[in-house]
Amino acid sequence: MIQPGDLIASLGSWLRGFLLSLGLAPGLVSVGLGLLPAILLPLIGLMMAIPLIWLERKWVARLQDRIGPNRVGPFGIFQVFADMVKIFTKEDLIPQGADKIIFSLAPVLAIAGVVGIWAVLPFAADVYGVNLDVGVLYVIAVGTFGTLAILLAGWSSNNKYALLGAYRAVAQLITYEVPMVLTLLVPVLLAGSMGLNDIVRAQDSGWFVLLAPLAAIIFMIAAQAEVGRAPFDLLEAESELVAGFNIEYSGMKFGFFYVAEFLHSFTFGALGAAFFLGGWLGPGSERFPILGVLYFLIKSLAVYFVFVWTRGTFPRVRIDQMINLSWKLLTPTALGLVALMAVAERATQGTPPLVHALVLLAANLFVLFFALLVMRSMSRAARERLASRQAGSGSGMVAVGGSRAPAGAASALRD
Amino acid sequence: MSLAQVLFLIVAAVGLLSGLMVVTVRNLLHAALWLIVALFSVAVLFAMLNAGFLAVVQVVVYIGAIAILIIFAIMLTRREALRAGAQENRLWPVAGVLCALVFLGLAWSASRLPGAQSGPAQLPGSDALVALGTALVSPDQYVVPFEVASVLLLAALIGSVVIAGDRLRSR
Repeated sequence: MIQPGDLIASLGSWLRGFLLSLGLAPGLVSVGLGLLPAILLPLIGLMMAIPLIWLERKWVARLQDRIGPNRVGPFGIFQVFADMVKIFTKEDLIPQGADKIIFSLAPVLAIAGVVGIWAVLPFAADVYGVNLDVGVLYVIAVGTFGTLAILLAGWSSNNKYALLGAYRAVAQLITYEVPMVLTLLVPVLLAGSMGLNDIVRAQDSGWFVLLAPLAAIIFMIAAQAEVGRAPFDLLEAESELVAGFNIEYSGMKFGFFYVAEFLHSFTFGALGAAFFLGGWLGPGSERFPILGVLYFLIKSLAVYFVFVWTRGTFPRVRIDQMINLSWKLLTPTALGLVALMAVAERATQGTPPLVHALVLLAANLFVLFFALLVMRSMSRAARERLASRQAGSGSGMVAVGGSRAPAGAASALRD
Repeated sequence: MSLAQVLFLIVAAVGLLSGLMVVTVRNLLHAALWLIVALFSVAVLFAMLNAGFLAVVQVVVYIGAIAILIIFAIMLTRREALRAGAQENRLWPVAGVLCALVFLGLAWSASRLPGAQSGPAQLPGSDALVALGTALVSPDQYVVPFEVASVLLLAALIGSVVIAGDRLRSR
């Protein structure tokens, strides 16, 4: 009798019995069944990139009042396949003076840094690669390979624009890793575990986005910067760097970076869904894992849509503004939030869930209010300094800086 | 020989060989990359010994922070990386003998440790992580070394800010 709850497990036991009946050694069958998800998960992940690229191009086009791809197939859904054929047939160039091995290694590392995260993503109650007890740390650790890939790509290309792009990219990635790690401490704190599936399970009584909205916001901003997309796409600022770290790449090697970027954005959407939106939790998801997968996919796409929305809406910020935003606003805010959340969580232990949730929410709002207050005073000071400097130099220009608070705060802290 | 032993031998061989490559390879950036391979194989060894936390921290700290810092330094001083001097001086036999002695001493004392002859300890999953966490903050265990290390790191952090800030101001 097959229980609906453990479809994957019963599939696995059926496959094991089938392979054993073929006369294979039991040890070999175990190794093969262990390897199967390790092969399937990256494949599913990479296949996800095909609809994602089409979806994102359509979304961004609509946000910018364009139509987007609409020539190949209905609604242009076969555009990605046409692009794939084109990219496969392109010449694979390696520039003169490039470090050939590293040049070819970098795209592989870029993909590995993204697909590695899929090993710990909890798709449903019992559908996941592995429920590592250090899952959150593992996500951070795998992410460093993406950083390494960009650094190596920029260096091995023997091109100064690529190298400049790589320097910027690594400065950005290292900078935004700090608030990212700090905010990920909040779900870990609330769940009492670092395993992703345990964190999802702990949100049964309430999604963490309701308990810690500020942590979710900081996570979103840091994730957008980690992926390196607008408004934080400094690493490939066309007007300054031609194309950034991947300028010398052509054909499938460029395709690797392209796919890695799209998949990375969606993977952060999935992580956001797991950390803050309750992952696969929903009515009936324990009994029917397929429902859990559906919920997880919908929530991931919702978070992913916010990333795409941000990308399609905001203009690019300057590099100093971007670095300042992280070090001088997001990092202190995240630090304060983690400290306050730890105290609030401990203080409300044993109280009814509603009181618990309200106290945590109040702590978040307090930190948010305080951060906004500091930001406002800093941007005001920046505007005054700018105005007095311009009045002194007699240029007669109107001070335009500081109309948006983060930009103003950033320029206030510059000197 | 079991599968775990074969895997251990492969990973150990990769670690040792890449360690050798770090010191023999001419290109400084390649040396840094081989260092990453060596550090990563140590992380794999940790993971195989049921120490998942140590494995992940090894990757985060050594590959994510230190190796990237080294690569950054090499890239910013690109001319130094091309210097082609001799890779050893006339004292290398002495150094070799010293290293061999240290290795023998370490191997002997490691083989005398309790549990050196048995396989990897069977740690109970996430309970080990919880035990590590509570051990670091419980007063009858490691809270004092932990706090001393924290204060030291904080002092280093403030010191680096002061040094960098001074340079900015005098410019």
